[in-house]
Amino acid sequence: MDNSRANLLEEAVGISKGGRVVVVEDCVETSGAFVLHHFLKRSLYPDTSDVVIFIAFAHPFSHYERILRKMGCNLTVHRKTHRFVFLDMLTLECPDRNGKETRQDGLLALYGEIEKAVEIYSSLEGSRTITIMIDDISLIEVAANGLSNHVLDFLHYCYTLKAKYEKVNGMGYDLNNLCIQGCSFVTLNHEDIYSSANTLPLILQPEYLADVIIKAEPLATGLASDVHGQLTVLNKGSVCDLGGSSSKVRNFHFRVKENIVDYFYPGTQT
Amino acid sequence: MAETICRALRDGAFEGEHAPALTIKDTIDTPLGSFVFNHILTQLTSNILAGKSQARGVVLVALSRPPSFYTELLKDKGFDVSSSSKWLRVLDCYSDPLGWKNKLMEKGTVRNPYEETSLKTSLCKNLKELDKVLSSIIELGKEIVEEGKGRFAVAIDSVMLVNFSFGSVSEVLRHSSLPSVARILSHLRSHDQVSCIFCLLHVDLHEAKVAATLEYLSTMHADVEPIVQRTNGQRNTSEDLPMVEQSFKRGKFHVRFKRRNGRVRVMREELYVEGSGIKITEVSSEDGITAQSLVPKVQFNLDLSEKERLDRAKVVLPFEHQGTGKLIQIYDGRKSLNESENEEKQASVEKPQTTEDSGRGEIIYFRDSDDEMPDSDEDPDDDLDI
Repeated sequence: MDNSRANLLEEAVGISKGGRVVVVEDCVETSGAFVLHHFLKRSLYPDTSDVVIFIAFAHPFSHYERILRKMGCNLTVHRKTHRFVFLDMLTLECPDRNGKETRQDGLLALYGEIEKAVEIYSSLEGSRTITIMIDDISLIEVAANGLSNHVLDFLHYCYTLKAKYEKVNGMGYDLNNLCIQGCSFVTLNHEDIYSSANTLPLILQPEYLADVIIKAEPLATGLASDVHGQLTVLNKGSVCDLGGSSSKVRNFHFRVKENIVDYFYPGTQT
Repeated sequence: MAETICRALRDGAFEGEHAPALTIKDTIDTPLGSFVFNHILTQLTSNILAGKSQARGVVLVALSRPPSFYTELLKDKGFDVSSSSKWLRVLDCYSDPLGWKNKLMEKGTVRNPYEETSLKTSLCKNLKELDKVLSSIIELGKEIVEEGKGRFAVAIDSVMLVNFSFGSVSEVLRHSSLPSVARILSHLRSHDQVSCIFCLLHVDLHEAKVAATLEYLSTMHADVEPIVQRTNGQRNTSEDLPMVEQSFKRGKFHVRFKRRNGRVRVMREELYVEGSGIKITEVSSEDGITAQSLVPKVQFNLDLSEKERLDRAKVVLPFEHQGTGKLIQIYDGRKSLNESENEEKQASVEKPQTTEDSGRGEIIYFRDSDDEMPDSDEDPDDDLDI
């Protein structure tokens, strides 16, 4: 029963061939971190060989490990089997504040690490989707000392990976050997901290480029004990397939439990 | 008028005039600008291939989307990509606008960071040096038209003010200052081998002056606006889901042409996303269709029939003493004693008339006495002891 409920989010996000860009936006009242955990767990399902590159600005490894273990996914094991790459960026550039060059170099080095990992995994045999996850964009801005242009440059480079590794390698006519590779990109950002004209592009630019936008908001009517908030999923359809007309908007409520999240349409919870 | 735009771009620059320039603008509420850009690009391409246009080829400055996207787009529209080198050059400012990949490759961190495409592309590794970008655009253009005569079109897929993008001007602007982007655009317009320019701008990523500057530099601008304007100025919220969904499928398409003599012509159309492309149609009976499509489908009738509408208009509401030739007054319970006495007399005289006129419904109310308080929130039964 819980499974079918969890599918409400999956249904709204849809299944894609290859990679795509997912933007999760939350606000102070309603955290969207659980959506990130959901994608993390889904990418590490045992029946696939998908890989996650997780760039953590917000929490240490032990934090995610504890949460995911409750959800039935052991990150330590995945880390050992190289399906989960964890880049701890909690201290990125904090020691040196010498000037502009250093900050950009820090992000450049980080991008280098990501691209290197993507290159290695995509050269391996078999079909897999590589998911790059960032928690969260606002903290990259902090690391870059408030220079939102550097952050946008960094994000732009991450997006180029999607275009580069998106390919379908048909091997002969045998469909079973069809090797589908893709590079997905999932980011978390806080919607309510960008208000001035200088920083607004940091939330709008990713939205222009996203294939799926997921917004976590509190209920319009205020807080309730059995409903923790609502998710609005805007699926633009796969733009890369040039089928842009299939955009869909879904809205449903959620309740975050200890080891699972319930998703349900408004009024259907008993 | 989408056709008029395409025609203007096809005809290109007149002798002794700057090349026509088009700015396509959109916002996050209706992010359909890129569809319009693709539409115009493919229209222009087919005109070029048919030999109808002044331009012999297109230089596409790809800033917000990879060259592979355009390969797919052209294939999808039925163009022969393998022979595209005769009429298309792509300046790839998408893959490595700041030279990061180049640096990483030199350091040995990554081996082959660049994407392979079947289009003839030239890589731009430093978008901050706009002069070099300009000269490579012109070089690429000259490759197409060969030395001497002939003109080419320039398409920029997003302009970005502080740092980078000409297919999207948004991207160009992100990497450089507004004056330098403006300089490049006017350079291109005045270049004697440029036939026309068009670029895309995401308005809400920039200050208002950016849009204004680009408007001054262009002869046409096409605005993509939401069908229903948001009144409260808020961004997409969960409360108007049908509207949000609509805004990703259709929008208003406003085009402004600036004539040489300074006259401005404005045209309004509607734009639909249809399959992989867009369709632009005349405005259909304004918002009627929108309103209908936004109202959920229900089994009962929400509208009034003509007879019901007439009947409703005939009903005389209480306190509206109509038809007596007097100014219509609505009793609000605050009139002075004298006035109410006068009225009482008048009303008693008029009373027989109103009873004769029995075909018309009327409600007349007389206040019993001044002891009776005008309508108030007080509970009249609060002294009741049950």
